[in-house]
Amino acid sequence: MNEKTLEKLKILADAAKYDVSCASSGTSRNNVQGGIGTAAGWGICHSFTPDGRCISLFKILLTNHCIYDCAYCGNRRSNDVKRTAFTAEELAELTVEFYRRNYIEGLFLSSGVIRNPDYTMERMVRVVKLLREVYRFNGYIHMKTIPGASNELIAQAGVLADRMSVNLEIPSEQNLKLLAPEKDYPSVFAPMRFIQQGMLESAEDRKKFRSAPKFVPAGQSTQVIIGATPDNDKQILSLASALYKRPSFKRVYYSGYIPVNTGDSRLPVLAKPPLVRENRLYQADWLMRFYDFKAGELVDDLHPDLDLDIDPKMGWALRHPEFFPVDVNTAPYEMILRVPGIGVKSAGLIVTSRHYGRLNSAQLKKIGVVMKRAQYFIVCRELPMQTVNELTPQYVRRQVSQKQKKATAELLQYAIEWGE
Amino acid sequence: MEEGENNKMIVFVYDKTLDGLLSCVFFAYEQKKFPELILSESDPKPLFADERYYVIAEKEKSIRVWKALEKKLSKFAQNMVLSVWLSELPETAMLLFRYIRKNIDHPQGIEMNFGDDDVLRIKDIAQKVGTDARKLIQFIRFQETADGIWFAPVSPRYNVLSLIAPHFRSRYAGQPWIIYDTMRNTGLYYDTRRVQEISFAQEDLAELKSDRLDTGKLSDEEAFFQKMWKEYFQSITIKERINLKLQRQYMPKRYWKYLPEI
Repeated sequence: MNEKTLEKLKILADAAKYDVSCASSGTSRNNVQGGIGTAAGWGICHSFTPDGRCISLFKILLTNHCIYDCAYCGNRRSNDVKRTAFTAEELAELTVEFYRRNYIEGLFLSSGVIRNPDYTMERMVRVVKLLREVYRFNGYIHMKTIPGASNELIAQAGVLADRMSVNLEIPSEQNLKLLAPEKDYPSVFAPMRFIQQGMLESAEDRKKFRSAPKFVPAGQSTQVIIGATPDNDKQILSLASALYKRPSFKRVYYSGYIPVNTGDSRLPVLAKPPLVRENRLYQADWLMRFYDFKAGELVDDLHPDLDLDIDPKMGWALRHPEFFPVDVNTAPYEMILRVPGIGVKSAGLIVTSRHYGRLNSAQLKKIGVVMKRAQYFIVCRELPMQTVNELTPQYVRRQVSQKQKKATAELLQYAIEWGE
Repeated sequence: MEEGENNKMIVFVYDKTLDGLLSCVFFAYEQKKFPELILSESDPKPLFADERYYVIAEKEKSIRVWKALEKKLSKFAQNMVLSVWLSELPETAMLLFRYIRKNIDHPQGIEMNFGDDDVLRIKDIAQKVGTDARKLIQFIRFQETADGIWFAPVSPRYNVLSLIAPHFRSRYAGQPWIIYDTMRNTGLYYDTRRVQEISFAQEDLAELKSDRLDTGKLSDEEAFFQKMWKEYFQSITIKERINLKLQRQYMPKRYWKYLPEI
């Protein structure tokens, strides 16, 4: 390792940065004799970059050489950028050295496509094999699958990696073909299906033999780019919802489009990345995964895009005033969970605490309910306050959207130009 | 003033150990005297206390109180009690006393009654202690010293080293390490077989407080990997999305002094 490695690191980290996935959760593993590392089960972020994103995994490309020419990608072959590649030995050593210092939870390995998908995938597997078998590295490994790589190579990768992912990138096939003529949906969905099949088979085998190898134990994920194409939120959330129905699917990531290539007429010109929209999509995604909302409840043909001024849960509540007010002292958990300002934690605390006596608004506040939002939708021990039905949804919308706009603006302000 | 206690101000003095506190509970039930204040020897005493009792820590009594608690509290709530103890906040002695008393007096225990101020406060403090421990696990940085020990100075809010030791012991099983709390002047040393408590002499502590070890004490490669990490940190940042407020929210400034990347 020397200054040359440092130069490679700069180029290949820079080229890897637009992949947003960083999770290191979903699998826990104890250390092995003579090895290094564990998987903690909960995602551990070891640092946060000035853009506010978490560093959990050492996210890096094996190489930024690429045979494809996708319009949205900085590494496309027609771009005039410095190209380089790590050797498997360099990357494995670097991962372990970072890990020993508690900089990272593990490795997130991706790559540009060199020669062909199999050649690339084979080289990626070599890095991970070296880590697992020679260094006896027992930390977290997330591997990107190269679309078009053979099932044999994915099978080899699956027993070594904790999580695998194939990026859809563009939320509809027709637009993917427009921007990345060399790609199509089947080449993305085929490995997704194969990974799922491997996971299910391994789970089945492990029922019979406890020693049967685990296959991608932390499941798979994917990423879609937001705002590079005219696809609306309904399309995106329906796609995500369909993916979450698959047993192997853990996360869909939404990445606000940042124009890395200028002068391509197929792509929109944006003053800044669509961060508010991206934030709303994550909120909607959260509601689908933990609050039992259906995609169709959040967006429909009448409202194909999420409201940028208010969060999607508030949006749903204001479209359905007939559902409220909810009496927190008697209503079932599922109904309490639907109240804006009440989250999974506070809903749980309400349901367990109300056995000891009727809860009042001061107690709700202490429990963690955001009364500024919840007040319009609940009744508790006091005389009923004015709810959304008396005040009208339009009035409540005005009240909360000003506050939310300010909060969003604060969250997304661009403080200063980032220097060295 | 509590009813039935003749409006007398009762003060317990104890040795500031958990056994001592649990012995206070035992003493209170035995003597039917319930304190308004529980203080340690070094705390200033109120002038107007009517009755003052010196409670001696006794292991057997402490165990009996704990056993009684185990019957009322879930494992989760028991761990919360221990976490609150580790917070070392001035209010903990009385808060834990009231919490234990309420649980002993209630037939089923009250750990799920989050409408009760003490239950909620126990949960809040335990959560804060848990967060402190988790932040430590996130932001601890080890440096490889010339003699092959991986060293990490820390300064957590609460006394949480005992909570994080199992994580690092298992993760770096083959790597000797020291995690040192420079505020409390106490640390843990793992020699690849077991973890033991250590503390440095005052003159060595001064250097540790400067957060980074002197380069002469570090391994030959340490500076290089710190530099690599720093470069990586800068290259992985998306400049179009700079949001320093969000960065500080997730990674408060008080941890920055240990991070080579910042």
